[in-house]
Amino acid sequence: MKDPAPLTTDHPGQVVSVTPPAPGRSRRLSDRWLAVTFISPAMLLLLGMSVFPLLWALYLSFTDYSATRGGPANFIGFGNYTAILTSAQVHTRALTTLIYVVGAVGLQTVLGFGIAYLISRRTRGRGALTTLFLVPMMLSPVVVGLFWRFMLDAQFGVVNSMLGSVGLGQVEWLTRQRTALVSLIVVDTWQWTPFIMLIALAGLTAVPKYLYEAASIDRASEWFRFRTITLPLVWPLLLIAVMFRAIEAFRLFDLVYILTSGGPGVSTETLSFHIYKVAFLGFNSGTASAYGILMVLVVIVLTQFYLRYLNKLKED
Amino acid sequence: MAVSVDEAVSTGPAPDHGPPARRLGGRGRSVVEIALLTVLAVVMLFPVLWMLETSIKENRDVYAIPAKFFDFAVTLQHYKDVFVAQGDGRTPVSVNFLNSVVVAGASTVLATVLGVPAAWAYSRFAVKAKKDQLFFILSTRFMPPVVVVIPIFLMYRQIGLYDNKLGLILIYTAFNVPFTIWMMKGFVDEVPAEYEDAAMLDGYTRLQAFWRYTLPLLVPGIAATAVFALIFSWNEFVFATFLTSSDSVRTAPPAIAGLIGGTTTDWGLVAAASVVFALPVLVFAYLVRKHLIAGVTLGAVRR
Repeated sequence: MKDPAPLTTDHPGQVVSVTPPAPGRSRRLSDRWLAVTFISPAMLLLLGMSVFPLLWALYLSFTDYSATRGGPANFIGFGNYTAILTSAQVHTRALTTLIYVVGAVGLQTVLGFGIAYLISRRTRGRGALTTLFLVPMMLSPVVVGLFWRFMLDAQFGVVNSMLGSVGLGQVEWLTRQRTALVSLIVVDTWQWTPFIMLIALAGLTAVPKYLYEAASIDRASEWFRFRTITLPLVWPLLLIAVMFRAIEAFRLFDLVYILTSGGPGVSTETLSFHIYKVAFLGFNSGTASAYGILMVLVVIVLTQFYLRYLNKLKED
Repeated sequence: MAVSVDEAVSTGPAPDHGPPARRLGGRGRSVVEIALLTVLAVVMLFPVLWMLETSIKENRDVYAIPAKFFDFAVTLQHYKDVFVAQGDGRTPVSVNFLNSVVVAGASTVLATVLGVPAAWAYSRFAVKAKKDQLFFILSTRFMPPVVVVIPIFLMYRQIGLYDNKLGLILIYTAFNVPFTIWMMKGFVDEVPAEYEDAAMLDGYTRLQAFWRYTLPLLVPGIAATAVFALIFSWNEFVFATFLTSSDSVRTAPPAIAGLIGGTTTDWGLVAAASVVFALPVLVFAYLVRKHLIAGVTLGAVRR
């Protein structure tokens, strides 16, 4: 890399005729230099904005630091961690999060795969249909949360209005403990079913047609074909989508914040939302950091599973 | 389901559409399937249509019980209210929209400038522990925002980036770089390395080969990647809420969410603001629909 060459030659006609300098001393060396200069800026940013903050959080998690009280941070060892792991409050939030993740991701998977299956059986209008179904997924959680809050309003919400017009009773969607969590699951399902659908559809359309043809020559039943051809071939890709959604759902915050603010009571408080309350309403930065680190650990484990699996799939 | 007649036997109307092995009952089943799809499509799209409808309804119709689906008075007042303040000048929300454009735009440009060269390097060179590095990069994208925001908040308060657009731009860039690298690596992998080798045989340096031969081929991929980064930054809520406080810095998502504070909520206004906010995203998403799967899985799944 002796030559800090002009990056653009503005005369494309010249390109061929230019006789460039003889190849540099060691190509290997210049490649390594290039790789380092190209990768390190991005890496530095990630180290500064992701890793360093996490390390700071890790440090804070062993102290009793409070963002408002200020003052020195006293080292208190694993105090924060034991407090969190033994707190009944946290256990409740963990259970809420679990119900939410399993409920929402489960529903999305079934619905998303169902829709994808139905679409894959159509020959015309597939593209248009897919595009229509994908709209909810592209919306910001803010828009989704706000709008469903309006639609689920007990008094003038359109959902209750429709229920009323078919003679069903009114439901206090967001103001009852049970229904609030159900509402959260429903709204998340509405937004993210398209995600599963999109990936399932990619899997379904990739199934080679000749397999079905062979099966139908063998007079295999529809269910048999579905079970022995469709499902095994789509399953790996579907699992990717499900794991991805599970990680996302586990860290869900914005929808809760806007749709229910964790209420009524604490019935829809997920772990993420609880951390926010501890950190920004309780101002226990130390405790919140420990809480966050524990959550990060879970996410890291889940992500590792996800990436390993992804990698295995890619290598096949 | 019973075994039935083969494709070859049923020369009815069925064979002209679709998958092999149409059953005799294919027609009827097809109708059921189409009906089911229609119902599902209506359910999925209704909230969006309702939002559009609410944004052009007059206030008394917005709160009408039972809800009015068709016979309502149309007004564009709510859209005007989003941008034009009662007496004069612009509303705070319009400033927030502008901030969103600046923040999302700048972070996307930065993420692209940082991410594309890195993606190329990962694709072309034997980097030490490449797989681990790539995994690490993607892992940072999976961190729960609420957790990351606590130390970032403390850090920004110290160095004066709290309530500062630059702070938001930096954190969004950090969240978009992993995506850009993963997404772009896929695109770079698709461009044969032989092009560069050939250029280098002609005597160009590796850098020149990248700049003149590979980069032009990557432009469509870069555009798609940038659009996704733009959408992510535009839609982002957690950092925007906790790292800003003043209206002159705040981006649109927390501002729109702020419209529902207080005792009464002007839902017509909320709907109009939401539509204005969501429309560009939908248009952009439509433009990159070919790459949607890679985009929404952060570049992990490609078909």
